[in-house]
Amino acid sequence: MHTMVDKHADAVVHAKVAVGLPTPKVSAKDVNVYYGEKRALQDVSVDIPDRGVMAFIGPSGCGKSTFLRCINRMNDTIPICRVTGKITIDDRDIYDPKLDVVQLRARVGMVFQKPNPFPKSIYENVAYGPRIHGLSHSKADLDEIVQSSLEKAGLWNEVKDRLNDSGTGMSGGQQQRLCIARAIAVNPEVILMDEPCSALDPIATARIEELIEQLRKNFCIIIVTHSMQQAARVSQRTAFFHLGSLVEEGVTTEIFTNPKDKRTQDYITGRFG
Amino acid sequence: MSGYYFVTMAALVLTAFFISRARAGRLIKGGVGQLHSLPNYHGLFAASAVFVPMLVIYAVGAPLLERFAETQALSFFGTDAASDALHRNATLRDIQNLVAGQYTGTPADALLEAARTLKSTLWWGNALIYGVGVLAGLLAIGLSVGRVSAAFRARNHFERLVVVVLLLCAAVAVLTTIGIVFSVLYETIRFFFDPSLKGRPTVTEFLFGTEWNPQAAMRADQGDIKTAYGFIPLLTGTLLITLIAIVVAGPLGLFSAIYLSEYATGRFRAWAKPVLEILAGIPTVVLGFFAALTVAPLIRGWGAYFGLDVASESALAAGLVMGMMIIPFISSLSDDVINSVPQSLRDGAYAMGATKSETIKQVVLPAALPGIVSAFMLAISRAIGETMIVVMAAGLAANLTFNPLDAVTTITVQIKTILVGDQEFDSAKTLAAFALGFVLFFVTLVLNIIALTIVRRYREEYD
Repeated sequence: MHTMVDKHADAVVHAKVAVGLPTPKVSAKDVNVYYGEKRALQDVSVDIPDRGVMAFIGPSGCGKSTFLRCINRMNDTIPICRVTGKITIDDRDIYDPKLDVVQLRARVGMVFQKPNPFPKSIYENVAYGPRIHGLSHSKADLDEIVQSSLEKAGLWNEVKDRLNDSGTGMSGGQQQRLCIARAIAVNPEVILMDEPCSALDPIATARIEELIEQLRKNFCIIIVTHSMQQAARVSQRTAFFHLGSLVEEGVTTEIFTNPKDKRTQDYITGRFG
Repeated sequence: MSGYYFVTMAALVLTAFFISRARAGRLIKGGVGQLHSLPNYHGLFAASAVFVPMLVIYAVGAPLLERFAETQALSFFGTDAASDALHRNATLRDIQNLVAGQYTGTPADALLEAARTLKSTLWWGNALIYGVGVLAGLLAIGLSVGRVSAAFRARNHFERLVVVVLLLCAAVAVLTTIGIVFSVLYETIRFFFDPSLKGRPTVTEFLFGTEWNPQAAMRADQGDIKTAYGFIPLLTGTLLITLIAIVVAGPLGLFSAIYLSEYATGRFRAWAKPVLEILAGIPTVVLGFFAALTVAPLIRGWGAYFGLDVASESALAAGLVMGMMIIPFISSLSDDVINSVPQSLRDGAYAMGATKSETIKQVVLPAALPGIVSAFMLAISRAIGETMIVVMAAGLAANLTFNPLDAVTTITVQIKTILVGDQEFDSAKTLAAFALGFVLFFVTLVLNIIALTIVRRYREEYD
């Protein structure tokens, strides 16, 4: 396997840049992902700082979503998927067999590409996480968590009079903000967002981006996006993936104005992807 | 005769199709875009323009002709031949046999004359139908081919016809249902209100009576058999057996569906599901003797071991085996609906840190609930309507009991018992079957309405 690694080693420009971070929240070292025989990710190493937005960009099929799903071990649900390498959150290895994946996912929330509220009431959607993790001791507690989560997600004023209505009856943008409220209700440290705006119209997208801007003060947010404008607008750091490798990673303004790798430059100037 | 007609019709339909399509095809000069409809649609329009009138002419003409010919033939006999149904049919059969050359003996003059008339009327009539049909077909070809033009909206016309055909197909199913309901309802009303029926019960006696014994004394020396039409014991028997069946099949079916769809590996699922579905293909008569010859003695043996008195035909045996029968309905349908719950919902729950069982209990099953309820309803309807297993395993004794170890009987068993053998349709006993059938239909209908209401009430919509 190592001969394969060497072959790609010279392509990894980012390594020197990433090591410079003082205390990374999430840190990946030589992460490889295999779907059966197919290698979907090759030796990805990256440090992600706490409090801020990290954007993963790259053409379709480049492995950015695969990498994102490694961070809360969502790939565990795919039987043929195998992950090697090391990912740590606060210096704790999340692939440690002793670590319970349920607790990991309570700390690492996720928002999906297509809004997927549960077919329950708005209240129950947000209360779901606190309930299964036993975060509330009374109805009043739970009410408070639900309200503050919805407030943080910027949805409270729109839904406070119809908390018992079905979560699936709202508009797409509202559904996605409900999913964000659901994710932050368990007070995670990291929030993963897998193309959260790709199913939304421009106005709903703008609202989600405002929301990300608010949330980044309290959470470590990692967002996968197809839109380079969005990455430029919302993120402080950006990583560019191509063909399963992390090509380049750094401060967003640097990546967009002064990319070091030819492939990054080609991608952000629209020559491919 | 009808053979020639349909062969000619097929030939004309094909001719119309190809002529029209070719004509439309010749209109294409600078690309298909100039034609409103593709040439195929012009062809299909012309074909249907021939097909529909020719079919209607035959469908209306043939029965009319037959009636007319029969009336003519019967006019050679006395008036009682035309009025008395039995006499009429016998005479007609004689005439037809004579025409077919199968009459034995020496026919009377009137019969010979009638046969000759029938034969010639039918010949001329069929020739007339054939002529009119072919004429209509040719006319249709002429008209439809003449209408082929770039602007003609052949596709719209043809698709309108398709809609009508689809509507007719749906109407057949609906009308059949309505027809069955009304014929059963008619006989049921006769059962309750026809004054010429001896020993008929009142509606109250039927619905609330606790004794069921439709056998009437046929002869004086049979002693005093008391006839009673109280259907409560049959209802409780039916419900008892159905309840046992659903208690058996509900958990087994639902849990196996959850296992198959959520936990089983693809390879296990690939052979387990077809095997489960084979269970649905076992004829109920086989299950019936399995119940009567294997399960019932087994239960009796166990009952004896525990000091219980078990009837040799028990509700429990019938219920258990009926439960086996409906497991595949529940498991297979529930498996399908659980599988159709979108993966994104499961991902959402997993991403919240829910365990697999929490995800299934709190997200997947609620989302699949309407489908699961319909699976149960289908299974219950099957169990209530099932006859063969209960005939063999549950017995005929109409006991009013809730003890599963006793022999009971069901509505379906009684219908079968009443209608097996020779019946006279002027006796209350025979007509009781229709009343039972109507009640059975009503019970299933009520159950379905309840289920639909439950589904609507607890429906959790995704997407």
